[in-house]
Amino acid sequence: MASRNDVAAGPLAEKIGRDSARVEISGLTKRFLTPAGEVFTALQDVSFTVEPGQFCAVVGPTGCGKSTTLSLVSGLDRPSEGSVKVGGREVNGVTDGVSFMFQSDALLPWKTVLGNVLMGPVFRQVPKQQAQTAARDWLRRVGLTGFEDRYPHQLSGGMRKRVAMAAALINEPKILIMDEPFGALDVQTKAIMSTELLGLWEQIRPSVIFITHDLDEAVALADRVVVMTSSPGSVKAVFDIDLPRPRGSVQEIRFQPRFIELQHQIWDSLREEVERAYARTAGGTA
Amino acid sequence: MSTTSTVSTAPVKDGAQLSATAAAKSAVRRRTALVWAGRIGLAVFVIGGWQAFTTWGIVDKFFFGQPSGIAQRLVDLFRHGTEFGSFYSNIWTTIQEALVGFALGAVTGVIFGVALGRSRFLADVLGPYIKMVNAIPRIVLGSIFIVAFGIGVLPKILLAAVLVFFIVFFNAFQGVREVDRNILANTKVLGASQMQIIRHVTVPSALTWIIASLHSAFGFAIVGALVGEVLGAQSGLGLVIKTAQNNFDPNGVFATMLVISVIVLGAEWLIGKLEHRLLSWRPPAPSEASSTI
Repeated sequence: MASRNDVAAGPLAEKIGRDSARVEISGLTKRFLTPAGEVFTALQDVSFTVEPGQFCAVVGPTGCGKSTTLSLVSGLDRPSEGSVKVGGREVNGVTDGVSFMFQSDALLPWKTVLGNVLMGPVFRQVPKQQAQTAARDWLRRVGLTGFEDRYPHQLSGGMRKRVAMAAALINEPKILIMDEPFGALDVQTKAIMSTELLGLWEQIRPSVIFITHDLDEAVALADRVVVMTSSPGSVKAVFDIDLPRPRGSVQEIRFQPRFIELQHQIWDSLREEVERAYARTAGGTA
Repeated sequence: MSTTSTVSTAPVKDGAQLSATAAAKSAVRRRTALVWAGRIGLAVFVIGGWQAFTTWGIVDKFFFGQPSGIAQRLVDLFRHGTEFGSFYSNIWTTIQEALVGFALGAVTGVIFGVALGRSRFLADVLGPYIKMVNAIPRIVLGSIFIVAFGIGVLPKILLAAVLVFFIVFFNAFQGVREVDRNILANTKVLGASQMQIIRHVTVPSALTWIIASLHSAFGFAIVGALVGEVLGAQSGLGLVIKTAQNNFDPNGVFATMLVISVIVLGAEWLIGKLEHRLLSWRPPAPSEASSTI
């Protein structure tokens, strides 16, 4: 931990108050009532911890309740059993200091790029001048200076993701939740965006919960990879990724022997779940 | 080898492109001219046919009017007015009633639409009643309003507002229901309050639906005002029409109809302008980009 803090922007990381950024998920269970009136268990006794400033990736087959976990952590939804604690306090409604990045665009199409990035400060009633400065600064950091007055539909998919990133990070969140944020991008753009995300993350060091179905992406970005089983979702295994930071380009790191070794280990654990989930959906359609 | 060939072909390519552009442009011009010729031709055919048939006596102009008579009557109306004040003051009465009724109906429609769209409970409680009231032939309410509020402008405003309300309400309600769930979740996580969500997300999102409804709603506001005036009034275009009807004067009815359609077209144009301003963020729809209408 100590060595990692040296790498990050020290004073800023200090200011955030590290312990308030710990996410403890314990015994989380979520049941839904299906339209047919049956009880469907999406999550069963999920427990894992994200240390302050840690980048935690969650991988698992489709339908394993990854997104449900995120909505419980962000306070958008309530658990049926168990609890999520952020900085020692139980999540009970939308939590301060949490930002969310969705797979699909969650930008407001009727606001300009600047207006979208300004949303966080505006909602928290930051003075206008200060908010504007911060928003322009964040747009510069994601490389979108000069695009302030464009509307989202005038941007490419990668640029929209950058706007979403700026909008999520401008609040300087203690916890950043990402639900397959780059899932809809093409492979090259995805690699570039991942590298940029790492660069920005190293600047403000929030704790990250990053959902993906792409194991390469998970290993390349994360400190910790949580593998989940499918229906009901539960934690199968947790792997710590000891690749050194800063990692630089996400594409380069894929060729390191240690990366390949870790990737193999996790895949062995994940494969079984993927196959099980696939067999079930295939059986369902047959 | 390769360099010389590119140098030599470049100007030829440019020239080809230029002439292709010119050809495309003249094709577009030709098409526009053709469309206009068609439009004017159709108008001449219909109005000319009407005029001819009534002149030849195949159709009785006493019942069906005559274009030249309508034009004459129109000039007459503007010049000499009606037995209840100048034509302008009658036009103004109707416009006032329609505008105020339109504003009243649109604002309440949006408020109710947003409130019921946001609150499942309210929607479940009020939903059946709104459907019931919607099933009533609302024009009949005009009679009640006139009995209750006399023959001034108020009953016409109310009738116009009621007609507008339901159109705008259903659209606003639907628009609020269709707000993107991800966007809602995102703004909630960013710390937006209920009012901020309504202001920054719900209303702008529903605006596409609301504005679309305003186009037809203004037509209904005019209908409400006119029907109110026909039922009982001291001034207004509805009264002009009713009087013309009682005097067996089809030309008077048609002339007033013409004036009303000009008013509605003007309002339509204004609403179009408003739409353009409020919805400037929208990507141009493929149909809008290529169509000439």
